[in-house]
Amino acid sequence: MNRQRLGSWLFFGTLVFALLLMLVPLPLVLEPFKPYWPALCLLYWSLESEDRVTLGLAFAVGIGADLLNGVVLGEQALRLCALVFIALRFRSRLRFFPMWQQSLAVLALLLNDRILLLIVRVLAGGSLPPGSWWISPFVGAALWPFLFLLFDDLRARLRIQ
Amino acid sequence: MTRARDESSPLFAGNAAGTLRLIVYLALAMVLMVLDQRNGWLWRLRYGAAAVVEPVYRLAGLPAVGIHMLSSAFGDRQQLTEQNQRLREDLLLANARLNQMAAVAEQNQRLKQLLDTRRSLRLRVQLARVIGVDLGAYRYRLTLNVGARDGVKSGQPVIDAHGVMGQIREVLPTTSVVMLLTDPAHAIPVVIARSGLRTVAYGSRDGEQLTLPDIPLAADVRVGDQLLTSGVGGRFPPGFPVGEIRTVATAATGMFTVAQARPAADLDRSDEVLLLHDQAEPDGPPALLPPMGPPDDLAPAAGTRPAPSASPATPPGAGSKRPSVPGGATR
Repeated sequence: MNRQRLGSWLFFGTLVFALLLMLVPLPLVLEPFKPYWPALCLLYWSLESEDRVTLGLAFAVGIGADLLNGVVLGEQALRLCALVFIALRFRSRLRFFPMWQQSLAVLALLLNDRILLLIVRVLAGGSLPPGSWWISPFVGAALWPFLFLLFDDLRARLRIQ
Repeated sequence: MTRARDESSPLFAGNAAGTLRLIVYLALAMVLMVLDQRNGWLWRLRYGAAAVVEPVYRLAGLPAVGIHMLSSAFGDRQQLTEQNQRLREDLLLANARLNQMAAVAEQNQRLKQLLDTRRSLRLRVQLARVIGVDLGAYRYRLTLNVGARDGVKSGQPVIDAHGVMGQIREVLPTTSVVMLLTDPAHAIPVVIARSGLRTVAYGSRDGEQLTLPDIPLAADVRVGDQLLTSGVGGRFPPGFPVGEIRTVATAATGMFTVAQARPAADLDRSDEVLLLHDQAEPDGPPALLPPMGPPDDLAPAAGTRPAPSASPATPPGAGSKRPSVPGGATR
């Protein structure tokens, strides 16, 4: 029982921490390299403990993220819903991929996410972003193995399902 | 896989219920986006949720504050001494200029009084600190640590020591968001200091420069020209530096000259900014004068002609309030 509570603390703690990380500014030079933390965090949890992550949760996290930094309410809710849906759909296969293949899959998911964002922004009347805007998914994919191992280690230490 | 809930997570096929739910959520998100785009709900909702949102901003701004504090705590002595020296020189220079200006300003004031204009050179400003939060909109926004409780209103100009930075876009109870000059959706009326040409500077796509896309071909514009606010439109007061022209070229259509300018303000590095409290005098038609006539005490006794004396008595009261109105009326 206590373990379970600890587990959900860790779960929501990482999500909140990811939202905070999204808001923390980086120096101007590093700015385009900033990965989309909430997406990476949700991806990990949807692959590893599927009964926690649902589309409703992704939607709620997205609305929270929009409240904190979004340009339009519902933008990140849409993106995270699409991301989590694809991840849950291919979950069983993604889980057994070797790490490099999983990273590639994450890259594809994040690129898809950026394309969605681009469509939303252009439809909302925004302008096309500069080229450096596309670096972020690659950074996210490169960070994925480390993030995965870190989370796995954390869970193993705390003995959380 | 020996999982109990196998049918809910099949290895290859998807289930229809999941797809249906996805469609419902996506539709919901789209409806939210459209409603928000139309009505600006996000900001009302944010205002309501400010109790949650603002502490999160402060929390997210902490690393930036920490780095700032660390750099001033562990900055080496020589660097600090150098900085101190430089600041002192700057202050001396600024004071000297100010003294020189004081005489001119006074003269200006007197001349203006002669001309009966009300515009003054005095500035009413409020100091605000930038909170280091990444608002994700390709970096065209800044968050400040003052808000509605400090009397900040949407549309106030924001400047730093070097020039205009932008204007207040949204106000929360104790924070506010600045739209920078370089936002593609921002435009500021400017005048070229050397030639007096008036035009409009827009934000540009890369978010680092200003674009002046519609300068007449015959106009006299050169690289290095200073741009100042022109005061047209009444939002930015006239005479503040906006930027410096970097490139001048003919537009692809051949109809206009297009210039690129670098903003004068330190948009990336500003720590503390100033909020201007006096909005510029509108350049529109002047306020209506109160109806003139002989003073009230010259009027005949109230008993003899009650009707005419009642009507001039009310307009002067309305007329004296008049000058404060047009600031909002030109919007």
